[in-house]
Amino acid sequence: MITLAFTLNGAPATVEIDPADRLLDVLRERLGLTGTKEGCGEGECGACTVWLDGLPVNSCLVPAYQVRGARVHTVESLDPAALEPLLVHGATQCGACTPGVAMTACWIVGHPEILASHSLRELLAGNLCRCTGYDGIVAGVQAALDAGARA
Amino acid sequence: MTVHQPGTLREALDLIAGKPEAVPVAGATDLLVHWPARVAEHDRDYVDLSRIAELKAIAFRNGELMLGALATYWDVIHAGRMKEGFPLLVAAARQVGAVQIQARGTWAGNIVNASPAADGVPVLMAYDAVVVLASRAGQEEVPLDRFYTGYKQTRRRPDQLVVAIRIPWRAHDVAVFEKVGGRRAQAIAKVGLAIAHSAAGWRVVAASVAPTVRRCTAIERLLTDGTPVRGPDDLHPAIERDVTPIDDLRSTAAYRKTVMARLLYDDLRGVCPAFS
Ligand SMILES: Cc1cc2nc3c(=O)[nH]c(=O)nc-3n(C[C@H](O)[C@H](O)[C@H](O)COP(=O)(O)OP(=O)(O)OC[C@H]3O[C@@H](n4cnc5c(N)ncnc54)[C@H](O)[C@@H]3O)c2cc1C
Ligand code: FES
Ligand code: FES
Repeated sequence: MITLAFTLNGAPATVEIDPADRLLDVLRERLGLTGTKEGCGEGECGACTVWLDGLPVNSCLVPAYQVRGARVHTVESLDPAALEPLLVHGATQCGACTPGVAMTACWIVGHPEILASHSLRELLAGNLCRCTGYDGIVAGVQAALDAGARA
Repeated sequence: MTVHQPGTLREALDLIAGKPEAVPVAGATDLLVHWPARVAEHDRDYVDLSRIAELKAIAFRNGELMLGALATYWDVIHAGRMKEGFPLLVAAARQVGAVQIQARGTWAGNIVNASPAADGVPVLMAYDAVVVLASRAGQEEVPLDRFYTGYKQTRRRPDQLVVAIRIPWRAHDVAVFEKVGGRRAQAIAKVGLAIAHSAAGWRVVAASVAPTVRRCTAIERLLTDGTPVRGPDDLHPAIERDVTPIDDLRSTAAYRKTVMARLLYDDLRGVCPAFS
């Protein structure tokens, strides 16, 4: 076992990990933060998306030992009010993809300047959804961006 | 499983000199796919490169671009002057996986992983990139178009790390990247192509149509000679010489050759007078 110290959702965290643990396993099984979901375990679906030093990454592909000293944010850190536009616009049905979608969505809303070079659909391409057909997700993120621009 | 986390390149090279069987880890986007099921790999030794600050640099100097071994796709997409100087790198990076993969995956990892379907390798090869390898015994430079010796085989010795990728800065009047996959994002290429022209001549690099990403020297010669091309079919003899695609779960050999001919013809018709 090795001791891992990092910043989790803005607070210091220390946890004993196995060198073979993925960040996803540490969050869910050692720290009890089960909001982050495992869909595919191969980097395709985005259900396990967290922010690592401010960028969205698939926590199923991050060796836990690599986050020593880093900043990690999970879906538990999001402000529920910020997710309201996603609910209103039908961005969620069964909810399996929703924690990951919410992480990517809130990252985009926090960095609107990135839309100068990227479309919403390109930025959301790493979050697969079997239910909504994506239009609801794109509309929800757009509404959240519009609300942010008005605020 | 044992993980070593050297803080300097020197330490890392000492480590793998003593443990050539140890596996280097960069962004882990290849190494950790289906990790819980890869039980045999849990017993190995790993050398995590992510702490080595000196491998993170991206620098423009002396007429070249130097990508440190930890440079990610996301770093390159957002680096200043990249879109003007090396548009193919940006174009390919944006087609790798999705943002979550681009944020973690490295160009060096793409090179060493040696997939014939890689997206980073073809554009680097079209720019005449050179792979800089280091070991305790010293540094060695291998042009990327000579780095692969067979399917998943490279010239890297187990005691060597890729420390950087050097790319000459040239003015290009043609620079095209094409990726044909099952969908637009998060797809592995059925056919990949990078085409570049500069004072150094034509470079045509193809992915997913041979055991390694490779330069298409017969096509390059046809372009240099100005051989008349009146349709995609006229490219088939050269394509037959350059590539050896297979039927697999993603596509068929015949489809790949047809698509490659059409892409080449469409991309070059506007820019090569010999194409009509
Ligand atoms: C969902 C998903 C989508 C993907 N989509 C694409 C795609 O569209 N196009 C594409 O080309 N690839 C794609 N990939 C593959 C992968 O993301 C890339 O190959 C990436 O560039 C690998 O870099 P890494 O840093 O993550 O490598 P790692 O996984 O850390 O390492 C890969 C290999 O390189 C070795 N290695 C890494 N760095 C060094 C070094 N400095 N010296 C010596 N050896 C080293 C490792 O030991 C390992 O063998 C995808 C992967 C996933 C999971
Ligand atoms: S579980 Fe990580 S991307 Fe699907
Ligand atoms: S809401 Fe069901 S997978 Fe997206």
